[in-house]
Amino acid sequence: MKSCHTHLLLCAGTGCVSNGSYRIKEALERELGRHNLQDEVAVVMTGCNGFCAQGPVMTVQPDGIFYQLLSDADIPPLVEEHFLKGRPVQRLMYTPPETQAPIPKMSEIGFFKKQRLIALRNRGLIDPENIEEYIARGGYRGLAKALGAMTPERIIEEIKNSQLRGRGGAGYPTGVKWQSAARHQSDVKYIICNADEGDPGAFMDRSIIEGDPHAVLEGMAIAGRAVGSGHGLVYIRAEYPIALERLNLAIKQAREYGLLGKAIFDTDFDFDISVFQGAGAFVCGESSAMRASIQGEPPEPSAKHTHATEAGLWEKPTVLNNVETLAVVPEIIRRGAAWFAGIGTEQSKGTKVFSLVGKVKNTGLVEVPMGTTLRDIIFDIGGGIQGDRKFKAVQTGGPSGGCLPASLLDMPVDYERLAEAGSMMGSGGMIVMDEDTCMVDVARYFLDFLRDESCGKCTACREGVDAMHQLVSDICAGNGKQEHLALLEELGQAVKDASMCALGSTASNPVLSTLRYFSDEYEAHIRDHRCPAGVCKALLTFGIDPEKCKACLLCNKNCPQTAISGEKKKPQKIDQEKCIKCGVCRDVCKFDAVTVQ
Amino acid sequence: MSKMRFEDLDKITDRMRKVMSLREGSSQAKITVHMGTCGLSAGARKIMKALIQCADETATKDVIFSTSACAGLCSREPMITIELAGQAPVKYVDLTEEKAKRIFSEHIVNGKIVAEYALAIGSEQTL
Repeated sequence: MKSCHTHLLLCAGTGCVSNGSYRIKEALERELGRHNLQDEVAVVMTGCNGFCAQGPVMTVQPDGIFYQLLSDADIPPLVEEHFLKGRPVQRLMYTPPETQAPIPKMSEIGFFKKQRLIALRNRGLIDPENIEEYIARGGYRGLAKALGAMTPERIIEEIKNSQLRGRGGAGYPTGVKWQSAARHQSDVKYIICNADEGDPGAFMDRSIIEGDPHAVLEGMAIAGRAVGSGHGLVYIRAEYPIALERLNLAIKQAREYGLLGKAIFDTDFDFDISVFQGAGAFVCGESSAMRASIQGEPPEPSAKHTHATEAGLWEKPTVLNNVETLAVVPEIIRRGAAWFAGIGTEQSKGTKVFSLVGKVKNTGLVEVPMGTTLRDIIFDIGGGIQGDRKFKAVQTGGPSGGCLPASLLDMPVDYERLAEAGSMMGSGGMIVMDEDTCMVDVARYFLDFLRDESCGKCTACREGVDAMHQLVSDICAGNGKQEHLALLEELGQAVKDASMCALGSTASNPVLSTLRYFSDEYEAHIRDHRCPAGVCKALLTFGIDPEKCKACLLCNKNCPQTAISGEKKKPQKIDQEKCIKCGVCRDVCKFDAVTVQ
Repeated sequence: MSKMRFEDLDKITDRMRKVMSLREGSSQAKITVHMGTCGLSAGARKIMKALIQCADETATKDVIFSTSACAGLCSREPMITIELAGQAPVKYVDLTEEKAKRIFSEHIVNGKIVAEYALAIGSEQTL
């Protein structure tokens, strides 16, 4: 790599890998070799770049040119034009939704421009499989400072002053948690990294581990020094094969460099990390269920009479921190608490990573200062709604978060504001919904997920979530009654109050928040037997407008139920008895003649 | 790799600086070799190789190489543009490998413009 003048930073996050980035790598290397450029241009595989919607993506440095949606066939002309002749290929560059001209430089793309990266500081810049690149970007200096120039008390003080709060969801002050674990005397203490990311559509933790695994290891080692622990453990789900592989490799490299193991940096500090693979149950992200899972017991939450920081894993003092929390720790130590506390809002400091998904144009991973408005995230960074449809709601905080309406778009996002609005920060999932999304159906979907994932220990959660799911399903099917709404409210409150863990106590959020902000949609389903968004099939009637029908018979031929009949050159008709409301006729009609009511 | 001490972090960072400054697109010097059809046929690729070799031999860090297309003056190719941080770009014309090596050692390493090979200082006005 010594004499290369250009680096091609090709994304090897899960999203881009499944879109074929390793095939692109082979093609690049083959073509570069063909033009004898292999000593001048290096291909470097990086972690997730964040702009997953446009994958596979590649940044050309030092020019800063950003290519997207690459395919094998693009590579020969790209190598010849750009790397042999020096003419960047406009066709493969990113065209922002709002303009027509391709924007070549990453720094000019709205998606990247408005972000501020702390947890994701190395994304797309380093090869996550090379520890020296992490070190060259300031890595392990936080640990060096913590070991060489700070006492454990001073480390805890620094984290407390930074006002860092847990990024896994609850937002508990990290410094306070560490202090509590430090106070309890024990021969063995544990630092656990919670990488059991389970929210549908959320992939912050996976991306951090894939793109910058050493940041997490360094954060864990600093935590270990602060609380007096020599044992780290990463609880990561087995469904994350790339993250697992890079994590294991990073641990191996850190051991080789003496950054994990005995006498780190020649001090008296010993710290090592092992990896525990979880089988992918949502409830295992909950602290007491995770503890049970590691101990080989059924993963059920238990009552927390004592804090885990006093008696956690194997009854020893335990600190459980989320991946993102640990990844920012080294930067706080390196740059100081005041720097971090200078970013964000009054009570929520620093930045937060969100996985922006759903009906937004630029889906991907974004990191913004706390207090950034939903509008900035969805419209400026996200580029607005796909197909320029109207924004309806954004669901924050994962399956047990809440749905926020358009009237709250200008709300600054932080822990307090989200909670006041009936949602939560959660781990940072953000699902954008447009006018074609039925909010009752959304509530049904999340309840279905939670019904599956409830461990069944508390009656309120096990039976209550199931009962709410049944009621909401009835409403979707057109069998809703007016009194169901009050019953849903009551059930929701009961499940919230009577469940032991956070899964149950937040499981009602999807119902309660949609009832709060979108009661008109529930009303329309119940009173008018109408689904305003046209989603709930039982409430739809497909018809053909005889004025618009040109009798091309395309619907007739494509209907899987042969429910459409009519003579040639005459308007077609749908037999409502046979119709299964699959919507194929509407999709194939070229004249917009199929109506849905 | 033997066990690291505190000072080893600086050593690794120093060793990696060239690679990383390239990634971040920031450096003390930027050399652009013009590689249009005209430049390539006049030997731009040899110029690039010679310059990279100079950088390796002198262990010069903080210099990035870039390619661009025809600079517009096809008759004077091969051409390069050198930009030192905070200074106006300088264009050199009619290059050979020897001239390129001299430009590297005098302009990049010592910061002195090689006036006899230089065409102009500054860039064209655009828009």
